[in-house]
Amino acid sequence: MSEGTFIAKPMPVPTPVSAPFWDGLRNHRIYVQYSPSAGKWVFYPRVLVPGTLADDLQWREISGRGTLYTFTVADRPTAPEWADSLPQLLAIVEWDEGPRFSTELVDVEPDQIRIGMRVAPVFCDYPEVGLTLLRYRPADESGA
Amino acid sequence: MGLKGEAAIVGLVELAAQRKATRPPAFSIEQFALLTKNALDDAGLDARDVDGLLCNGVNESARFATATLAEYLGIEVNFAEIVDLGGASSAGMVWRAAAAIELGLCDVAIAAVPGSLNSPRPPGSGPASARPQARGGSFGASSPLFGSPQAEFEIPYGNLGQNAPYAQIARRYAAEFGYDARAIAKIASDQRTNACANPDAVFYGQPITVDDVINSPMIADPLHLLEIVMRVHGGAAVVVANADIARKSRNRPVWIKGCGERVAYKTPTYAEDLLRSPISGAAETAFRMAGIGRGDVDMASIYDCYTITVLMSLEDAGFCAKGDGMSFAASHDFTYRGDFPMNTAGGQLSFGQAGTAGGMHHVCDGARQIMGRAGEAQIADCNIAFVSGNGGIMSEQVALVLQGD
Repeated sequence: MSEGTFIAKPMPVPTPVSAPFWDGLRNHRIYVQYSPSAGKWVFYPRVLVPGTLADDLQWREISGRGTLYTFTVADRPTAPEWADSLPQLLAIVEWDEGPRFSTELVDVEPDQIRIGMRVAPVFCDYPEVGLTLLRYRPADESGA
Repeated sequence: MGLKGEAAIVGLVELAAQRKATRPPAFSIEQFALLTKNALDDAGLDARDVDGLLCNGVNESARFATATLAEYLGIEVNFAEIVDLGGASSAGMVWRAAAAIELGLCDVAIAAVPGSLNSPRPPGSGPASARPQARGGSFGASSPLFGSPQAEFEIPYGNLGQNAPYAQIARRYAAEFGYDARAIAKIASDQRTNACANPDAVFYGQPITVDDVINSPMIADPLHLLEIVMRVHGGAAVVVANADIARKSRNRPVWIKGCGERVAYKTPTYAEDLLRSPISGAAETAFRMAGIGRGDVDMASIYDCYTITVLMSLEDAGFCAKGDGMSFAASHDFTYRGDFPMNTAGGQLSFGQAGTAGGMHHVCDGARQIMGRAGEAQIADCNIAFVSGNGGIMSEQVALVLQGD
């Protein structure tokens, strides 16, 4: 993919709490918080467990595989920064562990996208800013 | 518990929607003053009667908004509130005003929402819409500030604005319940019929058909252009008063009998269940508080930034079962002449959305019907109205049950 066109777009700025997530992505691995007391995975990164405010969040690695919860094909840019990136394939992926993740789909034709389809992570590196974004493509089920 | 129903809307103003502003440029603080004056005149009350003030913010003064307004209006108040619930702010302001009045904190409260970005600009600046005061900056309702979850996890993927997230909701709806595009489009065409009875609506005199909606450009699949609100210049305000003042009012009092509110999430990605919207709990609370059933409602004014919002609100507020919204839409006439009058002033889809004041459109719609001031769109014997407010991406919702004597 042409990385250059994305650089002008706003990039995330990791925070002290979220840094392990971004450090993981840079190494093409996905670390998400888990709460033993709540028995649930948590995303996005927080200081306490949402819902219970328990103080037992720990970072654990997940595969990043999941299913497509919903999506839209935006033919008009959601902001001027995306005018050169149409259509935008804006997606919400539900990880197998439970949490949902806002992302974009790549390597897929818009008319091939189906809610409920299996999806796999695509790590998009931006060495200029030392960051990696996590996008998704349809999973190769035979290899899943 | 709950409201006793002893506070009422006694006056209102809703400025005619304008695509191109012809009213003089005015700061939001100036618009607030003008709306207040208009609403008080409508109620037959004096500025000195006001001792409560509710706003959604002041563009020119992000902090200390209510104090700035009190000072500007020259009105010291006993109850001041800034309500930050997006499109649900107006309905949220109305019940807060009623609660404050029933508590005896104040007697007459003004709730105003300026709705025009046509404000004076300093020399050498660009167009009004490009200035930072246009709330939220270039990323709409998503905060780009360091530390904001939206800045870190949504904006980088372009997941921002309203069209795309609402389209994601509609897509998910289609996957779970199917999608009858024509039934959903009918919501927009019925509301346009209502707008054609309201000379203040931006689309007055421009009827549309279901085919027009379906054939309008696809903006974010499955949402067509005519299923999405258009920004207009406007603004609206209501005066809420205690029972003594309301009973002497020149307008038929619109009693605030029931209310409910639920704030669930900011970004739909994190909704517990994207298809069960917060209005379900809010409406249940409001109807129970009022002691009124869904079947007693004479008209509904349902927040309608998109057709999908109306569809899901009808279901989740309990007017039909979950998943039955499309057959409900297909089998009911939502016009002011119909069997289920809804958004009888056009709704925001056909009246136009004057920014956050769009939420007050629905309050005014319900209040005008109960007051008997809806003109050509007046429903016979309208005594009970249901009003909904919706902020964010169906993130925060408010329900009101209004009743005439």
